[in-house]
Amino acid sequence: MKKELKLKVNGQPYELYIKPKTLLVQVLRDHIGLTGTKRGCNDSSCGACTIMLNGMAVKSCSILALQANGCEVVTVEGLAKGNKLSPLQNAFLDHGSYQCGFCTPGMLMSSTALLAENPKPTKEEIKEGIDGNICRCTGYNSIIRAVTAVVKGEYKEAK
Amino acid sequence: MIHDFEYFAPKTLKEALALLDKYQDDCKVICGGQSLLVLMRQGLVAPPYMIDIKGIAELSYIKDDKDGLKIGATTTHRAIEKSPVVKKKYPVLAKMETRLASIQTRNWGTIGGNVCHGDPAGDPLPVLIALGATLTMTGSKGKRSMPAENFCLDYFETALEPGELLTEIALPVVPPNTGTAYTKFNVIESDLATVGVAVSVTLGAGDSCQDIRIALGASAPTPIRPKKAEAILKGKKITDALLAQAGETASTEADPISDIYASEEYRRELIKVLVPRLTREAMANAKKA
Repeated sequence: MKKELKLKVNGQPYELYIKPKTLLVQVLRDHIGLTGTKRGCNDSSCGACTIMLNGMAVKSCSILALQANGCEVVTVEGLAKGNKLSPLQNAFLDHGSYQCGFCTPGMLMSSTALLAENPKPTKEEIKEGIDGNICRCTGYNSIIRAVTAVVKGEYKEAK
Repeated sequence: MIHDFEYFAPKTLKEALALLDKYQDDCKVICGGQSLLVLMRQGLVAPPYMIDIKGIAELSYIKDDKDGLKIGATTTHRAIEKSPVVKKKYPVLAKMETRLASIQTRNWGTIGGNVCHGDPAGDPLPVLIALGATLTMTGSKGKRSMPAENFCLDYFETALEPGELLTEIALPVVPPNTGTAYTKFNVIESDLATVGVAVSVTLGAGDSCQDIRIALGASAPTPIRPKKAEAILKGKKITDALLAQAGETASTEADPISDIYASEEYRRELIKVLVPRLTREAMANAKKA
């Protein structure tokens, strides 16, 4: 019944035995214990569960964990290098790009994936990049400002 | 709550077809799962066996040759949207993909999965129908092909037989002086279409409409071609009066539902407005072609 799942999360290899119906977000949060990734709508609508799978932003509530077999996952916990936050994380802090904070991990992962693919996005492209993420506090402008600041090179060095 | 199932992840088409043959109606094929998992979470689909074809590399490709473009069924939306050849030769397809759901969904979801889901509000099928696409299905006994417009039979019901997989979407070479346009009306960008309209126009002598294909999404139990509306325009010099007549006719050929997004009446009104608008846009694209 249970199947083997091998994957790397934030550089660390994991080997688990899971029921095939287990979603990737459940493996990350409940099996591995990385609760930075949020389970919001659980319906592919809100984007709070966004992670990077082989470098692509995806919604971890909408992928069977077994589909990530052999893949590399990066969660919000994987963005900082040791105690040094990533440029985007620092920019989010400085620009107050969160209110309740629930959407923040997903917003960070979507914008990290965006900048990896397109380091100089326009404002419209930034908006498209976070189109799949809902901020229920409606703090979109501060998020766009933070990403823009990184794009402008204001956060080259990790603080 | 997703029900338990047995899971298989074949690596080749041959392995997948053998599994499909074995489990027939008891299995469900998953690829990106971006539509299917929503239904499974609601308990609407609860197959005892799942066959995951996402890992079949031989079905993920975009090939351009003298006959047109061939897209493997497990090609992701994002790969199509970013493909230089798609952007150059079938810009309407790339543009449609950029408005399909969110980047996250497009990164994992596949064009074949979307088509096989058979949702009349899906974005790809109206565009594929307007472009004259052919779908190829493969079973252990061989292949068969059909025009994209014949693929959907009813709400979420397709022509796929048990044991068959959709394997390829083929687009013919775009004829000269042809332009295509697609839009969907929706309240929230990246949502499903309230109504979707795709139009492909080939201009003849004196900018008359030599050929036209109109495809409507979210307007009937399946994507449809309003052929009476097409007939009004085909072979004619297109005028505002003819366009208005075609829009009116298309809205009566449609059979839309009322739901939380729009009433039936409102959807008919959208069709009436969008068919002329998209025909004009397709004609403008044809003149640029």
